[in-house]
Amino acid sequence: MRQPDGSSALLTTRLDAMLAWARKNSLWPLPFGTACCAIEFMSTVSSHYDLARFGAEVVRFSPRQSDMMIVAGTITDKMAPVVKRIYDQMAEPKYVVSMGACACTGGFYRAYHVVQGVDEFIPVDVYVPGCPPTPEALMEGIFKLQQMIQAGETQYDRLKS
Amino acid sequence: MTVSSPDATAPNPLVRFLPGGEDLDVATSADGFTEITTDRSRLIEVLRALRDRPELDCNLLLDVCGVDYPEREQRYEVVYHLTSLDKSHRVRVRVPVDEDDPRVPTAYGLWKAADWFEREAWDLMGIRFDGHPNLRRILTHEAFQGHALRKDYDPEKRWVLTENETFVPDWVNEPDPNEDQFETQVINIGPSHPATHGTLRVVARLDGELITRAECEIGYLHRCFEKMSESHGWAEVIPYTDRLNYCSSMINGVGYALGVEQMLGIEAPPRAQVVRVILSEFSRLMDHAVCLGATLVDVGALTNFWYFFQPREEIYTLLEACAGGRLTVSYARIGGLAHDVPDDFEEQVRYLLGHIPKFINDVDKLVTTNRIFRGRTEGVGALSAEEALGWGWTGPCLRACGVPYDLRRARPYMGYENYEFDIPIATTGDSYARYLVRLEEMRQSLRIIEQAIDNLPDGPVITDNHHAALPPKPKVYSEMEALIWHFKLIYEGIKVPAGASYSATEGANGELGYYLVSDGTGKPYRIKVRPPCFAVFQAYPHMLEGHLVPDAIAILSSLNIIAGELDR
Repeated sequence: MRQPDGSSALLTTRLDAMLAWARKNSLWPLPFGTACCAIEFMSTVSSHYDLARFGAEVVRFSPRQSDMMIVAGTITDKMAPVVKRIYDQMAEPKYVVSMGACACTGGFYRAYHVVQGVDEFIPVDVYVPGCPPTPEALMEGIFKLQQMIQAGETQYDRLKS
Repeated sequence: MTVSSPDATAPNPLVRFLPGGEDLDVATSADGFTEITTDRSRLIEVLRALRDRPELDCNLLLDVCGVDYPEREQRYEVVYHLTSLDKSHRVRVRVPVDEDDPRVPTAYGLWKAADWFEREAWDLMGIRFDGHPNLRRILTHEAFQGHALRKDYDPEKRWVLTENETFVPDWVNEPDPNEDQFETQVINIGPSHPATHGTLRVVARLDGELITRAECEIGYLHRCFEKMSESHGWAEVIPYTDRLNYCSSMINGVGYALGVEQMLGIEAPPRAQVVRVILSEFSRLMDHAVCLGATLVDVGALTNFWYFFQPREEIYTLLEACAGGRLTVSYARIGGLAHDVPDDFEEQVRYLLGHIPKFINDVDKLVTTNRIFRGRTEGVGALSAEEALGWGWTGPCLRACGVPYDLRRARPYMGYENYEFDIPIATTGDSYARYLVRLEEMRQSLRIIEQAIDNLPDGPVITDNHHAALPPKPKVYSEMEALIWHFKLIYEGIKVPAGASYSATEGANGELGYYLVSDGTGKPYRIKVRPPCFAVFQAYPHMLEGHLVPDAIAILSSLNIIAGELDR
């Protein structure tokens, strides 16, 4: 760090705070897109809304390479084992954003083949409401997750301690 | 008014061509169908005559579905919808079957299109199709028990699927005939895979890189649309229809509204019709942009995806200004539109009309003659016109095989007969042909919008028939009669007269049909959607045989399979 007169200075911090700062600014999303929300997720990472400005544009479809799972769309009972398996394959620390009414609560599909919220089987950090949420809403959800990572309040932090 | 009441005065002109036509119960229904009721012993005979007699010539099997009537003596009814492209007549065949023996012979031998439609009727209604080659569940999962669309099935009754119960085709474990000569292996693609663009799953056996056998599994996004609509009012179904093909949600809502309007015998006012046309064509354009963008990404041309995303974002802005929602608009209403368009609607539409061609031309210039793209798509996934019709294909995929069938021209609705536009076709039926047809259709959509915006009439956007639409709020507060209508519509819902009706519109992927059954109460008795990509996708595993794995990806994206519509 430089002081105004050009000489160098030291910045002291705690190691976990620095790690959290690094983690929150380079979230690698795994888009588990199934339905309408996936289309809005595409809009969010595309040129107009450009999620890259907030360090979360490196979309990875491999669970081994990503740390933020975005469940975008309705999860059915047929799909549930797949979501669970992919979540289990992600390396820690890992975070989950539940995007849209269906992923949060089943939405208006209160029916025989629809999971009534992904938190039935995986821990969720941020719930983003909307059907589908606008790109702005999803971005706000991701900011919220960044704050939670910095403050050490995510589901991962809770399970660890 | 009963919609499907037979017209007693005129005998149906097709009767004389049917085997034993005099003994069959043949009528003309109010929705323009020739309606044949037969028992299952004569079903195949009747269907065969419908397909093979040159006077009948029903070359396209549109839909097969089951309807449950618990109070009837013969509880289930299997309903077939057929059409003849050249003669343009439409036929509905009804087959009542008993509760304790719900079986009918399969129509797979006549039209391959029956394959998945019959599996769906088995899965959701429990009708057995004798002789079907692969009659297993299709939409619900392997651990599911019962048949969900039967009236006595509790809509909230779920079954848990564990990971080791997931479906694996039988042939995976069978010894491969070529095993001693070549190295073969079985791969699984999906249901969560970047190239499937949705929740599709393909299991394929490879000989080197060549696919020798493939099977698809769908239903990963089966959200129970049809069951949900049975417990909602007619008007409340519209938000659900938006989520069928979510890339062009306006078209679904309009198609559904037209179907209910047909049963009610009402029409939306002219201004609403024209706005519906404009927004539907913009939706078609967006849908094609997503499909082409995805096709190009999958063969390695990522930038074109961004080129198409720019105009899409601008169309979203227009839709948001009209309806309040970007993607799932819920803008159509039974009898018109939710509310009028914004004041600067015309200005915005004209801006888009001037702006969008640049993006289409950019992609056209970059891609159409590109050697790599042509090498990847020409001759890949080719289907002849006969094969495509046999599989029940409609829409751009069928037109790419050389069949100029477009409902906007063949059975015009919403005033499409007043617009000048061409129906682009290609002849080779491969992925490249599908690309060319979609690209040209985008230009034709712009042509239609241009004519529509030039002739946008003034006036109301919703019917004044208060059996279907709420009276304006000021009237509700000042007039007794309006208050009564308001009260009745809110409490009882729209009362659609008892009967059944099929109505179809040209969706972005082909013929989007709604078979609506009403029992006269305020809720739909049964809604069956004929999703265009369901018919298209059932041909996919058969198209793969003899292709390479990268070709499989190039074919899949060119078919534009939207999971919401496929699985419902």
